[in-house]
Amino acid sequence: MPFLTWDGQRVEMRPTETVLDALLRVGVPLSHSCRAGVCQSCLLHATQGAAPQGSQAGLKPTLAGQGYFLACVCRPDQDLTAELPGPGVRTITRLVAKSWLSETVLRVALECDEPLHHRAGQYLTLFRIDGLSRSYSIASLPDGMIIELHVRVIPNGRMSNWLAGTANPGTELTAQGPAGNCFYMPGAPEQPLLLVGTGTGLAPLYGIVRDALGQGHTGPIWLYHGALDERGLYLVHELEELAARHPHFRYRPALLSRDGPLPQVLQAAHPKLAGWRGFVCGDPQIVDVLKKRLFLAGMASREINSDAFVPTASPG
Amino acid sequence: MPTLYEQLGGSAAVEAAVDVFYRKVLIDDRISRFFDGVDMDRQIAKQKAFLTMAFGGPANYTGQDMRRGHAHLVERGLNDSHFDAVVELLGASLTELGVAPDLIAQVAAIAESTRADVLGR
Repeated sequence: MPFLTWDGQRVEMRPTETVLDALLRVGVPLSHSCRAGVCQSCLLHATQGAAPQGSQAGLKPTLAGQGYFLACVCRPDQDLTAELPGPGVRTITRLVAKSWLSETVLRVALECDEPLHHRAGQYLTLFRIDGLSRSYSIASLPDGMIIELHVRVIPNGRMSNWLAGTANPGTELTAQGPAGNCFYMPGAPEQPLLLVGTGTGLAPLYGIVRDALGQGHTGPIWLYHGALDERGLYLVHELEELAARHPHFRYRPALLSRDGPLPQVLQAAHPKLAGWRGFVCGDPQIVDVLKKRLFLAGMASREINSDAFVPTASPG
Repeated sequence: MPTLYEQLGGSAAVEAAVDVFYRKVLIDDRISRFFDGVDMDRQIAKQKAFLTMAFGGPANYTGQDMRRGHAHLVERGLNDSHFDAVVELLGASLTELGVAPDLIAQVAAIAESTRADVLGR
């Protein structure tokens, strides 16, 4: 029988046993509920070995693609190393450059000691030497040792004001990640894509659109960037250039002051979204509303990818 | 004799029904307020668990789970009329998907069996 490795412990699977059964048998108190591959309480991450396909049924393609599986329906046919869905490994990085993208959005470039192996659209958590930590989306493609983040600098935000102010090139920061399930998966190059974000939700979307184009996506790609007014927009020139080079990519800035609320802009422009894939990024309330808007327009729930930026208890 | 769950098509039937059903729930003025501000992905997973159970599938929920899971909604006024609306929308979803009336009746009966626990009685 195959072996399951969990937290350094090797457990031989018994016939017909699931990963959940085996872990409970050796005393690992793994959370679970339905035991039928439905509720996703027992979601685990395979770090070595492949979980059988049946244990990934019903998961979003982005989760399955990263090796996530459901322990209660997983009967491995090969050795498997698994862990709880975690925040990812820690890497040492150095600040190499920073520049303003708009009045409030700072571009921060970090150099990594090792490649981060992220997918465009994921995020990471930065730790300052004193332990202060914040999560930021990665705007750069996974093509080098330089990671680019978009940091919204907010009043009284300790990390963001430090980054904008006294943090100098050469400063070391620990990066934990990558994490997040909002990224492009190849396999349906003709599918229409709808990317919607507010504020620095543009960072993951800017990565995702370039990733999709780079992987030869041929279907229409629409990107909506919502902001209160012109001052909230950034990367306008870069996105317009990208649209000029790729006629099937359309960039649509949506200003609350000019165009009205973003959900209504989408409803008017895209009333029917059956068969589309969506990516939604930004503040949690608006992400929740936008996801429901896409869903009610007919987009399948499994096609809706999102990462909401959850603010920390003390503003960052 | 295949089980109800097998006759309906098992987990593939759950996958097919969940979006149709949850869309109806979200736009129904009688019950949509109970789903405001709730993360959609989490809700979809819960709806799949509910459908699996209502389809006679392998879901190990106890009456206690049902009580605990709905207590906060009962506090917000969840009552028989809302329960009726959900059962109605479930039936309408299955009709739309071409499920035979006698199977829909069996699904409705399973859903009905949870009424007292869901409403905390």
